[in-house]
Amino acid sequence: MSIKVQNISKSYKNLKAVDSVSFEVKKGELFGLIGPDGAGKTTLFRILTTLLIADEGSAAIMGFDVVRDYKSIRSAVGYMPGKFSLYQDLTVEENLTFFATLFGTTIAENYELIKDIYIQIEPFKNRRAGALSGGMKQKLALCCALIHAPKVLFLDEPTTGVDPISRKEFWEMLKRLQQQDITILVSTPYMDEASLCDRIALIQHGVVLKIDSPENIIKNYDKTIYDVATKNTHSLIHDLKNYPSQYSVYAFGEFVHYTDQENNFDRKELEKYLKDKNHTDIKIKQAQIAIEDVFMDL
Amino acid sequence: MKRFIGFIRKEFYHIFRDKRSLFILFGMPIAQILLFGFAITNEIKNVTIAVLDHSKDLETKSIINKIKASPYFSIENQIDNEKDIASEFKKGKIKAVLLFEPHFSKNLETKKVAVVQVVTDATEPNVANTIANYTAAVIQNYQAQKKQSKNNQVNIEVQTRMFYNPELKSVFNFVPGVMTVILMLVSAMMTSISITREKELGTMEILLVSPIQPFQVIIGKVFPYIFLSIINAIVILLLGFFVFKMPINGSLFLLLSESILFIISALSLGILISTISNSQQTAMMLSLMGLMLPVIILSGFIFPINSMPLPMQIISNIIPAKWFIIIIKAIMLKGVGIEYIWKETLILIGMTVFFIALSIKKYKIRLE
Repeated sequence: MSIKVQNISKSYKNLKAVDSVSFEVKKGELFGLIGPDGAGKTTLFRILTTLLIADEGSAAIMGFDVVRDYKSIRSAVGYMPGKFSLYQDLTVEENLTFFATLFGTTIAENYELIKDIYIQIEPFKNRRAGALSGGMKQKLALCCALIHAPKVLFLDEPTTGVDPISRKEFWEMLKRLQQQDITILVSTPYMDEASLCDRIALIQHGVVLKIDSPENIIKNYDKTIYDVATKNTHSLIHDLKNYPSQYSVYAFGEFVHYTDQENNFDRKELEKYLKDKNHTDIKIKQAQIAIEDVFMDL
Repeated sequence: MKRFIGFIRKEFYHIFRDKRSLFILFGMPIAQILLFGFAITNEIKNVTIAVLDHSKDLETKSIINKIKASPYFSIENQIDNEKDIASEFKKGKIKAVLLFEPHFSKNLETKKVAVVQVVTDATEPNVANTIANYTAAVIQNYQAQKKQSKNNQVNIEVQTRMFYNPELKSVFNFVPGVMTVILMLVSAMMTSISITREKELGTMEILLVSPIQPFQVIIGKVFPYIFLSIINAIVILLLGFFVFKMPINGSLFLLLSESILFIISALSLGILISTISNSQQTAMMLSLMGLMLPVIILSGFIFPINSMPLPMQIISNIIPAKWFIIIIKAIMLKGVGIEYIWKETLILIGMTVFFIALSIKKYKIRLE
């Protein structure tokens, strides 16, 4: 086991940020912590990277206890905090050189590992890090976190504030890193990124709601969800919420996701109901279940 | 070691790329020393003085004429009564009164000694001091001429009396004082800011999750500022020496060693400040309020410690700057060696060790 978390809890004054969280991450696994802002992801990351001490429970990284063996963990893992945390007044190359020497290595020594990523920012290597775009900053931060060839990589919301194309590229990079036998723990508030992980933990209000592979989570979801669309989306949500047997209603892209309480739900009846409410262009079809749907139901 | 050198290189990048802190680092000392210097050594010109002549004879007339002829003074009026001196001063127009004793010429002839008093309004001590010195110089000059022409052994005694502030302080006070303030402020404020900046920008998080040791971070932060502060100290000493003719009578090596000791104690205070503040603003305010004010007020730089109330005198003992000012004044003005200042040096060393130990102990190896 690369990461082992057992009943970790952490409170700030009256707020329980992490509540008895347990999970395990296998060696070489890409594990995602999925949850909205304030779910406790960053606190959990800080506990695992030895920056905070949990109130209860224990955790180990590669067999090292996060409290007792913090020094061993600090030199073995790579950590990319949620906030961009590089030296803005240093150039791209200077940042990378600094982090390499910090870990007692050189860029040349581990260049293979970062090559794919670094090659994209190399044209800007003499530019100050503060002047890079969001996506570039994240790539540089990833390079800096990887430069000492860590066994375990902690990435706290690496794609927040990054454009969709860079996000996609970033995940492709993670997939490639994974092939180098690096264990990756990544957190994200974006549900669409969940399906790119090997396994995910859905977390909210400090509690882990579900841990499984994204496929299993979707497969095991027992309810049927319908995409509903009419001309007037706003009143559609309102009207659907007033439908007697509704279970859940929420906007989802261009559609409204509708779930019924009954197993023998008849979409004709719903269509008739909507027609009575003066809706036109009514479309109802069974939806592809996404992680977000599962999350909404938890 | 490589790690440590890499860290120091990074610190120098920070310093030289931040124009603002670079300006504070080198602009402020120069500006301060020049400001203080010229504010204190302002030359006098056309100062209005009054004359109270009890003899009104040939000698006094020619002395008065000589003074009139100098570019420094213009004689405003004659006073007839000593009681009027105070009231003239209160009007504020005249800065000094030249007071000749009765029978001036006669005394000079018979007793070979005559007295002229320079009574100055010392509410502005430096002006008063300069006036007294200038007047004395003019009269001395007159006397020398007289001796030459008549080959006559006479002695005009110039007595100075300072009204309102009899205890004039030395002009040479300000170079040690400003040096102390600058070194304390620059060293403490810059280190505390540079450490809290890492906290504020989140880079401290990455530094913590790395193999670098706390003491390496601290020394790495402090080292560039030791270096820069020494340069600062040298600039101040050079300015003092060449622009303001501040003497350095003692050993330069001892002076610089004591300065380095003081710089280190200031830096350790800076680290201490950074351990209790989380933002650059807090660190700056703490340095300004918590260090600069005590240094200026309680170190004896501006207000003599002897004339403070007893509680303040006691408190002044815990201000490192007080001891440093004693040390450098002794070295620069009296030219003494370590045998005279070992006690103060030992106190400073003790304080420094205490601050360093405390800041390493307080340095957080985690985020909270």
